[in-house]
Amino acid sequence: MSEDILALLKENVIQGRRTQDDEGIDDSMSGKPGVLELTQLALENNISLETIIMQGLTAGMQVVGEKFTTKEYFIPDMLASAEAVGGAMDMLKPHLEASNVATKGKFAIATVKGDIHDIGKNIVAILLRGAGYEVNDLGTDVPTEKIVEVIKEYKPDFLGLSALLTTTMIIMGEIIEALKENGLRDKVKVLIGGAAVSDEYAQEIGADAYCVDGFHAIKILDASQEAKA
Amino acid sequence: MARQGILVEPYQRLKPEQVERIHQASLAILTDPGMVCFNRTAADIFGDSGAEVSSIEQGGAACWLLKIPGKVVSEALQAAPKVVKLGARDENNCLILDGSEPRVHFVSGSETNIWLDVDFQTYVKKSDPNIAVMLPEFHRRRGTVLDLCQASHLCEHLETLDAFIRPVNIQDKDITEDNKDVNKCFASLNNTTKHVMVGLTSLKQLDNVVNMAKLIVGGEEELKENPIISFITCLVKSPLQFVEDTTQTLIEICQRGLPVVVSSAPQAGTTAPIKEDGIMAQINAEVLAGITLSQLVSKGTPVLYGTVPVRARLDNLNDSYGAPESSQYNIDCVQMARFYKLPCYSTAGVCDTKIPGIQSSIERLFSDILVTLSGPQYLHCAYGLLDGNSTFCLLQAVLDDAHFQMIKFFVRPPWVSQAEIDDTLKQVREVVATPQKLYIRYIRPMLRSGQLSMSYPFEGDEETDNVLALAYERMKQLLSQPVEHINPVTTSRIFQEIPGILPRLNVYENRREQ
Repeated sequence: MSEDILALLKENVIQGRRTQDDEGIDDSMSGKPGVLELTQLALENNISLETIIMQGLTAGMQVVGEKFTTKEYFIPDMLASAEAVGGAMDMLKPHLEASNVATKGKFAIATVKGDIHDIGKNIVAILLRGAGYEVNDLGTDVPTEKIVEVIKEYKPDFLGLSALLTTTMIIMGEIIEALKENGLRDKVKVLIGGAAVSDEYAQEIGADAYCVDGFHAIKILDASQEAKA
Repeated sequence: MARQGILVEPYQRLKPEQVERIHQASLAILTDPGMVCFNRTAADIFGDSGAEVSSIEQGGAACWLLKIPGKVVSEALQAAPKVVKLGARDENNCLILDGSEPRVHFVSGSETNIWLDVDFQTYVKKSDPNIAVMLPEFHRRRGTVLDLCQASHLCEHLETLDAFIRPVNIQDKDITEDNKDVNKCFASLNNTTKHVMVGLTSLKQLDNVVNMAKLIVGGEEELKENPIISFITCLVKSPLQFVEDTTQTLIEICQRGLPVVVSSAPQAGTTAPIKEDGIMAQINAEVLAGITLSQLVSKGTPVLYGTVPVRARLDNLNDSYGAPESSQYNIDCVQMARFYKLPCYSTAGVCDTKIPGIQSSIERLFSDILVTLSGPQYLHCAYGLLDGNSTFCLLQAVLDDAHFQMIKFFVRPPWVSQAEIDDTLKQVREVVATPQKLYIRYIRPMLRSGQLSMSYPFEGDEETDNVLALAYERMKQLLSQPVEHINPVTTSRIFQEIPGILPRLNVYENRREQ
């Protein structure tokens, strides 16, 4: 029974079906339980949280990643799967907290002060949630003081900063300086992204990494967490 | 189920009154000066049907001047079928050509003498041996019957290609005028399940070719129901002359009731007037004369209104397919065919360059897009052809297939219905209410149902241009896919009953896949 549920969970992640109302890719699955319903079913069947995450959600996302690499899947497919997994992780969150099972890490993300562009930031947030990270999305046009405050209180492992404009990317440097002034720079890894910035710019302002896109961000975060372990 | 082609909202250059003027000018040409006819049978047929026929002599050859009254032409136009079915070994690949419906089907064509082989070589940068690039090398040679098998095989797998006309002339040492037609037909039919259109080399081979098709489909009636082969005849030599042999070919094809393209290919400036109205009036007269003959021979013969007009290059008087005027003539001709409600054979995509690459793509795309937009039902669009239709290259055919996939998206009609608008309003309201405000989730159904165009399939990584190398990989992949050959029993009968087919084409005897 539990094996069937996990297999279905994995398959629905691959199909990117968040709920039973989603179409997915295979028409024959229409109307059948999606990732959220199956996650609930798994909990009701007392399948362990770790098994749900590893054998259902993560195993499915791994296949999705492979399909994306081989160009069978496109970004909308990847995002649909990530959204489904993110939704499942939200459902599992209270259970994880109660049982002291850790997520892969905590990630705060924001578009900096003066910039309201958020498509890239939102996609990164969805993908990271789907990859098993706990994401705190602070939104757009976020004041530096608010970011400092969140780092102090939420204590994320990573801070993602996004800027589309050359006029707002300089704020990223100011945020890093503010983190230093508040004694927080060594508490959090700072990743930057967005059309205006580059690897060279990340080095110039003292960020830890520049991420080309959401997939690159996952790689950097995973590598960092593995190194820590 | 027929192949769908692409239905377009036709681009029309000519106003209705201009179409009518050209039509009237063509009728006037057919009575004065009329057509010069070098075929006695045709002259007699026209004479018996009310045309004024007088014996004349040109260049020492006996010929007849035909003055064809408008009434005879009108009756023939009424008799010609307005919908023509072109069959296929796989009935799902048949084509329904409706003269009133601008549904475009894409077709290969021309009989080039040169086959262009492609090979890739790796070059290492002298100053940095870590850097290497792959570049294509092209080798020209005479085409063979096995090349034709390969061309047919590839075309079977080109998604956008709807029907096959042999793109390469077979010039093997053991190919003669007496066995050429049966070999080119068998090589084509045995490697594609799509429709095959044939231009005959020798009229003596007509019955062998027709009998081969009958064996494949199961008999005479079956061939009429599912005409897996059709013919193309260029019976007119411009200006306004019925050629002796190809006119006879048209007559005999019509007597057998198989579909046929009546085609004319004048060159504006040399064999037709340089002015647009001039070449149009003449080419239309030439095609109308051919169609009239087809219906006088056998009322109801399925015919296509076929035109290959081109402007002369002013530096050497060669055909200039790349000239904008050539595309304009083609578009005008499509409009004339639609005026008569006859299915139209048209031409696009011919380029001047000798090898695949940027120039070949740019040159052909202008006419590919514009002539497609005009809505011919049967468009010979030069898959794989180079050097003004004198060279064929498989790699170029693969590139053309990618281009036509994009063109099919480009020319499709818009979808704006109340149901679509209702769906859109629902989406907008749903998305605006979400924190992320992204429409991405609505892409997937469109993507999976094929409603979205895809990225260029041969896109390189970052700053590299790998188009040709990637297309070459695609070409190899397509050629590695099997084709459904004619079954062993029928193949055996064809080899027993149809004389002249080369034994090396028998895939069952040779255990060799072509």
